[in-house]
Amino acid sequence: MGQALLKRVGLLLGTLLLVSALAFVAFSVIPGDPTGAVLGVEATDEQIATFRAQHGLDLPVWQRYWNWLSAFAAGDFGRSYKYDMTVAQLIAPKVGVTLTLAALAFALILLISLPLGLIAARRPGGIVDRAVTVLTQVAMSVPNFIMGIGLMYLFALVLKWFRPEYVPLRDEAGSHLAAHLGFMVYPALAIALPKSAMTVKLLRGSILGELGQDYIRTAYSKGNTRGSALRRHVLRNAMIPVVTFLAMAIGDIMAGSIVVEQVFGVPGLGRILISSINNRDYPAVQAIVVLLAAVVVGCNFLADLLYRVMDPRIERT
Amino acid sequence: MKVKKKSWYLTIGGILTACMLAFTALGLFWTPFDPSAMSAADRNAPPSPAHPFGCDQMGRDVFSRTLEGAGSTLTIALAVLAVGAVCGLVIGALCGYYGGPADALIMRLCDAVAAFPSVLLALVVLAVTGPGKYNVIGALGVLFIPSFARLVRGEFLKYRERDFVKSARLMGVHDLRVIFVHILPNLWPTLLSGLTIGFNNAVLAEASMSYLGIGVRPTEPSLGYMLKDAQGSLFTLPWCTAFPAAAVILLILGVGLVGEGVRERMGVAS
Repeated sequence: MGQALLKRVGLLLGTLLLVSALAFVAFSVIPGDPTGAVLGVEATDEQIATFRAQHGLDLPVWQRYWNWLSAFAAGDFGRSYKYDMTVAQLIAPKVGVTLTLAALAFALILLISLPLGLIAARRPGGIVDRAVTVLTQVAMSVPNFIMGIGLMYLFALVLKWFRPEYVPLRDEAGSHLAAHLGFMVYPALAIALPKSAMTVKLLRGSILGELGQDYIRTAYSKGNTRGSALRRHVLRNAMIPVVTFLAMAIGDIMAGSIVVEQVFGVPGLGRILISSINNRDYPAVQAIVVLLAAVVVGCNFLADLLYRVMDPRIERT
Repeated sequence: MKVKKKSWYLTIGGILTACMLAFTALGLFWTPFDPSAMSAADRNAPPSPAHPFGCDQMGRDVFSRTLEGAGSTLTIALAVLAVGAVCGLVIGALCGYYGGPADALIMRLCDAVAAFPSVLLALVVLAVTGPGKYNVIGALGVLFIPSFARLVRGEFLKYRERDFVKSARLMGVHDLRVIFVHILPNLWPTLLSGLTIGFNNAVLAEASMSYLGIGVRPTEPSLGYMLKDAQGSLFTLPWCTAFPAAAVILLILGVGLVGEGVRERMGVAS
């Protein structure tokens, strides 16, 4: 396992380096640097010179990349062009919001898809199975931001279950944990529903595939009922592809939250990313992209590890 | 325990896709009103026989705008597929057929890009290039190459060692002929299934990016941009949201069902 692990770690670091280099170089080669965009056309030469010196824009690209990378590794993400603060200060309050959203979405996916997948696989071709199949096929086709708009319309306007206004976790009036989560459930659901549909489909197919295997026939011959064979023998194996899929899905969940945050006005990383792109606040864009890449690539790495632990056969191939 | 299922996927998906294609093709050539013509009298008009999808805040006909937007979304998605699938096919075929260190390097690169959600990377590219239809096509097209390359490479690895390939090579058939004439035709069920998935991802990515305001330019027609525009008046003018949203969903649903049907009929692993 050691060598395979080392290879994966190498790939992990390589991917991160690649993404960071792309994010950095991309913003360095564009014609016209951010001075014009940030300071405006009326800036004096002196102002421009100060700005360039302050942000180290006069150095060659590779040197700036190296400075930026080494500072980044030490937790210094640079200064925002747009706001008078460091990127870390700009991003820090948003990270928790997006992570909460992503975690909620992930929990919802588990909560929705595991029972549904099991029920659908219990009697394949039955009425429940067919209903679930149709539902998943439709839910899979709804982009998460459209799902968000739909949920907003249904639950905020028609049913009036929530007010479409972001509730912060903490403000001057104190902590609003319940209200915060009560609001965040809807954007999380918008991300979770399409993804759950895919998970249900995968789980159902995986269970049915395992049910046809010889070891299940053996389990039956030893007196297992369909239910006990499912619980004791099938699930363990059927979960292997599902776990990998779920860990890989974290990238999509993060990407989904970037979009869905716009729908619900959640002030997370997605909103700051979009406004930074619009403001040409490149240090902020770079930092957010590299942080997101780290999360995504890290989760893929974990997925791979989990896969190896759950299925010892992998080692032999 | 094999489940016998009548394959309704292809039928329903085919009909749905055909309808949506006809609808969008219509939008490329004809719309009942000028999609960007504003009319003060029709401001906020609900759906009616004259304006089946209603009018928006500026009195623009939502039906015409949806037609035009769907046409634009469709062309962007097809162009993205053309770039991604053709480049991916060539790269995947050469890598899979020849192997070697170049293959290993290219595949590592593909893994790195594919590990990252394409919408996010495309947003970064668009942040640099600025918005616009062709920039969206370029960014998404390039980002779609790795998934096709990996798909095709996997298939080529499988066929490389098959007897019919070996005998063709023994007979002195040129490598390129082996690749494109002997092996490639076997791939088409896999490719078709991959194309349907790619198409849906492209529609999804374009709509999401335009919705975020970092896709096509505001002046270019787009379903995603319509949805962004309509969100402020979601509660008062729901038809401005409902119809473009339905167009996106039906487009993805139809093509998704076709892909499902293809996989079922041809026995392609999903």
